[in-house]
Amino acid sequence: MTPLARKRLGKVVLNATALLVFAFAIFPVYWMVSTAFKANDQIFTTEFIPFPTHFTFEHVERVLTEGVAGNSIWVYLRNSAIVALGTVLIGAVFSLLAATAVARFRFKGRNTFLILLLVVQMIPAEALLIPLFLSVKRLGLYDQLLGLIVVNVGLTLPFGIWMLRTFVAAVPKTLEEAAWIDGASRFTTFWKVLFPLVAPGLVATSIFSFITAWNELIFALVLMSESSGYTMPVAIQYFFGQKGTDWGAIMASSTMMTIPVVVFFLLVQRRMVSGLVAGAVKG
Amino acid sequence: MTDMSTLAPGGERSSTPGRPRRPRGRTKASGLPVWSIPYVLLIPGLLVIGALLLYPMVQVGIMAFQKVGLAQISGRRPTEWVGLENFTRIFDSEIFWSALRNTVVFAVVAVTLTLVVGTAVGVLLNNLGRKMSTFLVVGIMFAWAVPPVAQGIIWKWLFDAEAGVINWALNLLPDWLSSLLFGRADWTGEPWLNDAWSIYMVLALTVVWASFPFIAVSVLAGLKGIPSELYEAAKVDGASAWRTFRKITFPLLKPVFAVLTVLSIIWDFKVFSQLYVLMGGPANREAFNLSVYSYAEAFRSPPRMGSGAAIALVLTVILLIVTAVYVRQLVRQEDL
Repeated sequence: MTPLARKRLGKVVLNATALLVFAFAIFPVYWMVSTAFKANDQIFTTEFIPFPTHFTFEHVERVLTEGVAGNSIWVYLRNSAIVALGTVLIGAVFSLLAATAVARFRFKGRNTFLILLLVVQMIPAEALLIPLFLSVKRLGLYDQLLGLIVVNVGLTLPFGIWMLRTFVAAVPKTLEEAAWIDGASRFTTFWKVLFPLVAPGLVATSIFSFITAWNELIFALVLMSESSGYTMPVAIQYFFGQKGTDWGAIMASSTMMTIPVVVFFLLVQRRMVSGLVAGAVKG
Repeated sequence: MTDMSTLAPGGERSSTPGRPRRPRGRTKASGLPVWSIPYVLLIPGLLVIGALLLYPMVQVGIMAFQKVGLAQISGRRPTEWVGLENFTRIFDSEIFWSALRNTVVFAVVAVTLTLVVGTAVGVLLNNLGRKMSTFLVVGIMFAWAVPPVAQGIIWKWLFDAEAGVINWALNLLPDWLSSLLFGRADWTGEPWLNDAWSIYMVLALTVVWASFPFIAVSVLAGLKGIPSELYEAAKVDGASAWRTFRKITFPLLKPVFAVLTVLSIIWDFKVFSQLYVLMGGPANREAFNLSVYSYAEAFRSPPRMGSGAAIALVLTVILLIVTAVYVRQLVRQEDL
């Protein structure tokens, strides 16, 4: 074989492998979406039906009207959205304050705080389930979305601060100093100079918190007992009934739960990886 | 992506925070002495971390040595110290040992597979043309973005006994090949999610599918940072692809691999959502891992929160030991 032919063959093999990997990654997602739009006789079959030939919205309609566990899927989507947005709002304020402290000031205890941030991220959230459940109950927040929000703030804050501090540190100090020299107060400097520049980082950090809270299962499972307070990950479990599984409805609901995450994900993935690798390679 | 909260450090070391330039003690606008400002800013964060992470962790440590049943939860009876009773009970139970075995074996297998597949795809991405590379990154991003509960649901559907695609595909194999490989030809109705062994096989597939993209994209980013002269030199010297990987790529990406390994261990050690969905709630005790076992003990009826806490403590201690090495290294290396 000539070197040129060999090179060409290598390229073909590479691209073919890439297509296989692509298929492996995308097929399960595609299968979820396509099942959501297939009629039941095309779902419950031992045949392989690659596309829904009778495209139908019946499952989407059914989960929106009948729903599951006594409520429309809207209720659960709304609960999930409330929990995730609440977590993001509180988390954004708290993490911005703390990130500014560690990125803009040298103070006693700063390193201890940063190490603390690292260490608490190693604690498995599953281990905190029991004491947090008891505390939430004692505080009267059981069966309230607020309880779930509070817990999710705790789960997402350490990483939020850790990530946001790099964004704050990346804003040149000279800008603030200039504003300062012009007589702006500390608050004005923060609000008019630092905040707009950190905003993209804050958005990225918030999206991470949003996704974590949106996906969270185990706390939502034990902190909410009334079905009207379930979040999506909990509610969806109730489709697995005793009498046969309604896969069309399950796939329609899973698709609805997945869409917001995929959208957010495509928005921020670049930042996430560059942050991780920068941290690792420079060390 | 259950756990973005344990995602890695993004280090920005170039801009070290400076001292406030203003003379100490000046109090314009905020009305506070300058030295106190960072502490004031930290108050909300510290309160959250203290109240929602540190204090509960201490409580887990205490409750592991107490009896916390229905009477204690409702406050009818005070908590009662029981010494090591919770631990002796779980250590005597067969479920604990099978859960421990499931946890460890699954973590080892899933972490290894994820790293191998992810690295291979990362190297592949680096060698593809620009268009193909972008195409593949977007494709694997979808697998990565699916919420853990939906991941479990999707793979449960693919492995469904009656209408699952996997059984259909296995039926496509020529009968002689299928019999030779698996000792059977007909796969219709094969229930994959009934016994522990095959549940964990499906779980491993699910977890690898969902987490290899993160490894691949991270490895790709790392590879982009390696100067191409090194590869050219290797080429001139006639080094094979494998040798180039072993002698150049791997050593230079070692710090990246270290982080990725620890993150994968943390994620796979305490996998909950996907397992919960695949086995259909905490029903199949042989398929428990430590997370599910702790949850099942604590929230059974009647609840045994003390035992649940003891299991959670075991899980945490194992995880902390495994990751302590990493944290120490990070703290030592990093100019925080």
